[in-house]
Amino acid sequence: MAQALEFEKKPRIVQEFTDSLIMIKRSSRHILRNTDQLLGAFFQPIMFLVLFASVFGGAIGKALPPGVSYLNFLMAGIIVQSVAFGSTTTAIAVCNDLQKGIVDRFRSLPMSNLAVLNGHVISDIFRNTISTTIMIIVGFIMGFRTQANFVEWLAIIGILLLFTLAFSWLSAIIGVLSKTVEAVQWLTFVIVFPLTFASSTFAPTENMNRFLKAFAENQPITHVVEAVRALMLGEPIGNHAWWAVVWCLITLVISIPIAAFLFKRHTAK
Amino acid sequence: MKRDNVIEVKDLYKSYGKTEVLKGVSFNVERGSMLALLGPNGAGKTTTVRILSTLLDHEQGTVTVEGHDVTQDADKVRSVIGLTGQSAAVDELLTGRENLVMMGRLYRLTKDSANTRADELLKDFDLVKAGDRPAKTYSGGMRRRLDLAVSLIATPPVIFLDEPTTGLDPRSRLTMWEIIKKLMSNGTTILLTTQYLEEADQLADQIIVIDGGKVIAEGTAKELKSKVGKDRLELTFASASALEKAAAALGKKVTDTNDKEYTLTVVIEDTNSDVRKVLDALNDRKIQLVSMAVHKPTLDDVFLSLTGKQAKTAQADEPTDKIAKKKKGKK
Repeated sequence: MAQALEFEKKPRIVQEFTDSLIMIKRSSRHILRNTDQLLGAFFQPIMFLVLFASVFGGAIGKALPPGVSYLNFLMAGIIVQSVAFGSTTTAIAVCNDLQKGIVDRFRSLPMSNLAVLNGHVISDIFRNTISTTIMIIVGFIMGFRTQANFVEWLAIIGILLLFTLAFSWLSAIIGVLSKTVEAVQWLTFVIVFPLTFASSTFAPTENMNRFLKAFAENQPITHVVEAVRALMLGEPIGNHAWWAVVWCLITLVISIPIAAFLFKRHTAK
Repeated sequence: MKRDNVIEVKDLYKSYGKTEVLKGVSFNVERGSMLALLGPNGAGKTTTVRILSTLLDHEQGTVTVEGHDVTQDADKVRSVIGLTGQSAAVDELLTGRENLVMMGRLYRLTKDSANTRADELLKDFDLVKAGDRPAKTYSGGMRRRLDLAVSLIATPPVIFLDEPTTGLDPRSRLTMWEIIKKLMSNGTTILLTTQYLEEADQLADQIIVIDGGKVIAEGTAKELKSKVGKDRLELTFASASALEKAAAALGKKVTDTNDKEYTLTVVIEDTNSDVRKVLDALNDRKIQLVSMAVHKPTLDDVFLSLTGKQAKTAQADEPTDKIAKKKKGKK
């Protein structure tokens, strides 16, 4: 050895924070280097937006209040839907790590256990931010117009970030529980698909049957979509924003400890 | 002077559900030495290493590494160990250098130290050229080298090598052995698990043979071999009649004959004089010899005599393997 090694002598809490930063850097590199996934993150939102707006625009547009274009209505919903589906990558990344033995290495290091999950969840937010930005730009090109002022935009961004964070942590749980990446895919599909479609994401809830309507109007995704939509279109927001925030916080408070616990247990059997 | 044990394992028990994997394993590893855990698949080698490296809980027994208990002081244990597992645990999307620096930082090295050390290791492990390529482009041997390099990034005093050469081609295996030997000369304490007898023989100071979750023998390679005894001389003849004549001439000394390959095996006490005697006896009767070979007892024989099972050998076509097979056939 050429020279003596120097170790950090910072307090434990600072070290654990650094661990998370290191893992965020790692996961972000993964996102940038995984070309297939990156292309998906780029083209999927464009495809969804163009297809939904042109296929359903005519039919659903008639059910909307006069003066509201379907594209303007759709924008909030499709962003939320894309974030919800996009969070699947957290589950895939966590599942991959667990299968490839690299988690054993991390667990044999004097590092914070939660850092691995933090890395995936936070970098997922970066990726989702890219997708969402692309979507909004394409939306503007297609004719989307918003009434939101600067403060309302901040509120929109805040709600979306909180929602992404909550969904990614949920997704992390799925990642730990799934034995294969295939399992991750159908599991998230089974959970995310009904949640996003049985809501006001793509169509107003008025014409749904009684039971579906009761579910759709009160489930978390609807609150998030309605809050973002009201802020974008300058409509009365009601209690949706509060409900959206409360739902996301509840999800976080429950899913972070569960994910951390399951992750720690996973290999220590 | 009190012995300086870096690793102490006492009465270790572990089970998965109803399956008992470890049934009271005990051993110590002295500072600066290498202990090999030798055993077939499913003997409990990997389980032992996983417990020692804090990845697994255990039911009974005490395990300490550098004086720290693996359950109570897991973090302290983690800061003094390096682990190289069976499947090369490197991040495939990161480059070799990025892997090294990341792990160094997670070992709490400063940025400067992590970078300097990464450069050193890339050089030592012949990965300088590949250092800036993603690890997924590496060959099996390169990946193992990177994996080992990663576990050395913070120069931990204790290294666990869990089957470091399983699945490698012979050349990569030799390279790994060289690297491991160099590590030992630096005074690192090493616990190696292997199913390859030559590997334990070549590298380890002490060998523990485990099978079915129990220690069935321990000692140096030499001690273990002396348990099975003497050198053997294998003679091959041109025909069945020559073999028959030779067997008659050598009488009681013959331990094994093979009618198909026209070979017979003779136990010899003293290589020098006994070989001459055997050759003289054949010469007197004008029996033509095709080839001859002296075999030292191998760990293969040890393993066979201890467990009744044959251990895996690294090079399947080695003569040692042939003898072990024959012996088994006889049983």
